[in-house]
Amino acid sequence: MTEMYRQLSGGGRLSFGGDEFIFVELSEEMRIQQALTIQTLARTLTAMNLPGVTDVCPAHASYMIRYTPERVNLPELLATIQEVHEEMVTGRPATINTCIVDVPVYYNDPWTRETLMKFRDRHQDPSSTDIEYAARVNGFESIDELIAAHTRHPFLVTFMNFVPGNAESVQLVPRDLQIEVPKYKSPRTETPSRAVGHGGAFANIYPSAGAGGVQLLGRTPINVVDMAQTRADFRERPVLLPAGTLVSFRAISEAEYFDIRAAVEADEYRVRIADIEFSVGKHIEDWEGYNDELLEALQ
Amino acid sequence: MMHIIMPGLQTLVQDSGRDGYYALGMPPAGALDQRSYTLGNMLVGNDPRAASLEFAFMGPAIQFQSDTVIAVTGAEVTALIDGEPQPMWASVPIKKGQTLSFGPMTRGSRGYIALRGGVDVPKLLGSRSTYQTVQFGGHMGRALKPGDVLPIGTQIHSEDGHGDRIRELDPKYLPSLDSSADLAVVIGLANYRFTPESVQLFFEANFTVSHEANRTAYRLIGPALEFVERDVPFGAGSDPSNVVNLGYPLGSIQIPSGSEPICLLRDAVTGGGYVTFGTIISTDLDALAQLKTPDTVTFNSVSVTEAHAKRRHAHNELAQIAKSLEYPWVFGAEREETP
Repeated sequence: MTEMYRQLSGGGRLSFGGDEFIFVELSEEMRIQQALTIQTLARTLTAMNLPGVTDVCPAHASYMIRYTPERVNLPELLATIQEVHEEMVTGRPATINTCIVDVPVYYNDPWTRETLMKFRDRHQDPSSTDIEYAARVNGFESIDELIAAHTRHPFLVTFMNFVPGNAESVQLVPRDLQIEVPKYKSPRTETPSRAVGHGGAFANIYPSAGAGGVQLLGRTPINVVDMAQTRADFRERPVLLPAGTLVSFRAISEAEYFDIRAAVEADEYRVRIADIEFSVGKHIEDWEGYNDELLEALQ
Repeated sequence: MMHIIMPGLQTLVQDSGRDGYYALGMPPAGALDQRSYTLGNMLVGNDPRAASLEFAFMGPAIQFQSDTVIAVTGAEVTALIDGEPQPMWASVPIKKGQTLSFGPMTRGSRGYIALRGGVDVPKLLGSRSTYQTVQFGGHMGRALKPGDVLPIGTQIHSEDGHGDRIRELDPKYLPSLDSSADLAVVIGLANYRFTPESVQLFFEANFTVSHEANRTAYRLIGPALEFVERDVPFGAGSDPSNVVNLGYPLGSIQIPSGSEPICLLRDAVTGGGYVTFGTIISTDLDALAQLKTPDTVTFNSVSVTEAHAKRRHAHNELAQIAKSLEYPWVFGAEREETP
């Protein structure tokens, strides 16, 4: 057996995924600054349009590259990756040109509640609902407090995976303030489409109905994927929240949910999106003040 | 036009795959046995990325509403035109009104029907492949049903001037279709989670293909592997086989709870929180896709350099075949975007 890992200067280990993939892990744990570095790294590598590279896919603590070996000089590609990697990991905090997206959520809604009640035997705490459990294990007095925390600061999409459009995001707050909740003991076989979930430290929105294993907090009336790209919000790309996007969750009432959903179905609702420049440096300096500044872009 | 009389167990429109969308969470889909698929297109003189039909275990019955040329490749199966047996791995003319059907599959598990001109379904994000998970691509994003009518396209190789002549594959190039396969794996990814003894055990063990073997993944049954002790990293689940969600390369092997490795194929999820052991090299995925329960699998460890050498070997063989068939195949052309 040959050496399976190469240590990258700046920190991180590189290995090969068969003959077509390169996998780089910065560390085994989730860290906000590291996740931001990975986003800038992936954007830089993507923008380089490296010949023979078909995919640059950022994840929470790692990234993956797919290439066509016939079109690539592997030592040169590895040298390029090493160079960009080191620059991004050790260099000055970068700025990401991205956007912040307003995601209205009907928390503790009847559809996710009805679904999750069918699967209490797979849950850590069969006597409470997912959102009650999530509030309690995070030390909140009520589900309203949890909702306030969930909507107070924006999330950053750090990994789109599993199925198209499934954006896993992490809240841009220090670790001790992050909402953390275990996944189900055993996955559900049903989840309503557009359910807003939370598992580990990550929020997600189920693009469509299907199986799932994270706690369900609510449901959004807006679509996060349109593979056919026929709807106005999806003309440029089939997913609403690609990695690097900021998400601001906003609590809405049942009436608002139905109003927005009706507008979405008529393709008359436009998702509120604001272009922003996200400065990693500013976030390190004053995360709280900077988050407020970012949220203002949606006002 | 083709009229689907009976669809078989699962017949799908597939091509070389929809590459370039891992960042959106979309796997490539495409023909599981790429070699058999590619040879089919060569035999009928198609563009190397032309769309074909992939069928699992039981072939479809299709009535043709125009004259064309077909080639059946992949698993060993008796192809019949109006009940008359036809050769596999050869171009076969079929006339308007005739029906293509199949006898039982005797070896392997996936067959391919290439048709001169390819299946004319819309090209979405660069490919005609069906990705069933989100009902995308192919024919209405789903497996074919009785009564479906599929047009035949014009995906003919632009430099292949004599596509209508009969081509036949030299039998020395036939796939083995054995009920056991030894697959080359490049270790890496989250392999550090396994003890060295377990890594060694993995390469010494015999695995059996379970009933859960489909286009998303093959689950294998074998000895339990053990994990290195650790403090749970922030963001990972508490099970020793959990990691902070990471990307799953095509062909990668995840091993939830250390037992029953899951080999991820072309419709697999693109990432998740289970530990990955290593990755089966792309040219060996063809053989895996032809296995079924209770066939057996062993693995051998290769470096990335050896993986690339094997890949070159496979491509050189395809180039030789193309030459012998007088088909103008260009190395790597199946990955080229064609208008």
